[in-house]
Amino acid sequence: MIRVDKEKCLWCGTCVGVCPTLALTLKETYVEVDHERCTLCGICVRACPVGAITMEGVEK
Amino acid sequence: MKTLKYDVVVVGGGPAGSSVARYAARGGAKVLMLEKRQEVGSPVRCGEGVSKKILQKIELEPLESWIANEVAGAKIISPSGSQFELSEDLAGSETGYIIRRDIFDKHLAKLAAVEGADIMVKTTATSLIKEDGKIKGVLARHLGEEYRIEATVTVAADGFEARLSREAGLKTSLKLRDVDICIQYEMVGVKADPLYTEFYVGQGYAPGGYVWIFPKSERVANVGIGVNLMFSERGATPRRYLEKFIASREDLKGAKIVEINGGAVSVSMPPESVTLPGFAAVGDSARMIDPLTGGGVVNGAVAGRVLGEALGRMVQGKLSPEEALAEYEKGWRKKMEVQLARNYLAKEKLLELTDEEMNDLIEAVGSIKLEGLSTAAILKAVKEAKPSLAEKFSDFL
Repeated sequence: MIRVDKEKCLWCGTCVGVCPTLALTLKETYVEVDHERCTLCGICVRACPVGAITMEGVEK
Repeated sequence: MKTLKYDVVVVGGGPAGSSVARYAARGGAKVLMLEKRQEVGSPVRCGEGVSKKILQKIELEPLESWIANEVAGAKIISPSGSQFELSEDLAGSETGYIIRRDIFDKHLAKLAAVEGADIMVKTTATSLIKEDGKIKGVLARHLGEEYRIEATVTVAADGFEARLSREAGLKTSLKLRDVDICIQYEMVGVKADPLYTEFYVGQGYAPGGYVWIFPKSERVANVGIGVNLMFSERGATPRRYLEKFIASREDLKGAKIVEINGGAVSVSMPPESVTLPGFAAVGDSARMIDPLTGGGVVNGAVAGRVLGEALGRMVQGKLSPEEALAEYEKGWRKKMEVQLARNYLAKEKLLELTDEEMNDLIEAVGSIKLEGLSTAAILKAVKEAKPSLAEKFSDFL
């Protein structure tokens, strides 16, 4: 499962823009994850400029 | 649910969105611009460098409120320290003024409002209204209330996130190599030259991108980095490279961070179409960013003007909605597509260069007289200095 650390997040929208399935939404000061749409591809984990996104429970 | 009716609804209150709203309203259109944040322009997600050409391109007065500093040119610096200078008029989309983006964006929104555009802040477009194969507006939420906003034309100016343009069906998804991820510190106590923007290129500084120092005043500068996503690994790669850069610099020693910004830019070609029946995307959402510099403010604002003016002619009865969107598609491409294509090719080449090749390239360019700077002149100089390197750039001609 994708997890966004609210304390690290800069609300920049990078993860939203790189998500190929539109599973992420930037709601002004936090990122909402639609776990139904998320395919656990991990692009957002790589793209986050401050490393605020992690993937839990999945070894890639 | 409240229902509102407009000629044009613009989603996103950045430079592209405000420019559409301003020129469409000036043409007589009933316009509503939505901004999801509580304040237009904040937080900043940008290096804040723009070309002075923006003034005449979208009819702006240069105001001290949004211009932090004026620079004479740009210095491009290679890993070995060789460099060349470009005067600001030659330096592309990101050199000339260092602006205060938050105040700048709000100023552009005010210009739209003065022309009669309505603006709703803290308002999120949640989905598109699609009927009979056309896009007919958006559903939105504003302070806990649902709105149905019907419009003849819906404009996605939702920036890099581009959720709306992708939900509409435009091909604005990005490959890894077509994304640069960025982080920037505004630093105080910087000893950089206030008259020049500096760009540090090479894999050692910023894989696939560059480090920038944009001076905002005598002692203050934006120090930032863009790294190509292809070279990024799990966990804050741009931040790591930026910290490394700052630690290595005498002129940044002891400087304090007063602001931190993140963000991303597309360094891609725009899609083949940025319009659909009843719908247009503009600016970063339409992937109009300069793929070489990562600058998007000028292109977004210029394309926004083209779209806004076409929508003005639409409400005057001179163009049908279809004709207005076709005129926009043709108009914005005429203004920037050749440059985007050339700079995309350049970006692709630069992605492949080793630091040694980058040193050779910067040295060769540095040997050219400034007034003669052109693609052909650069290639000639590279050819004389390093024939093997020139080979890599041969398809530029």
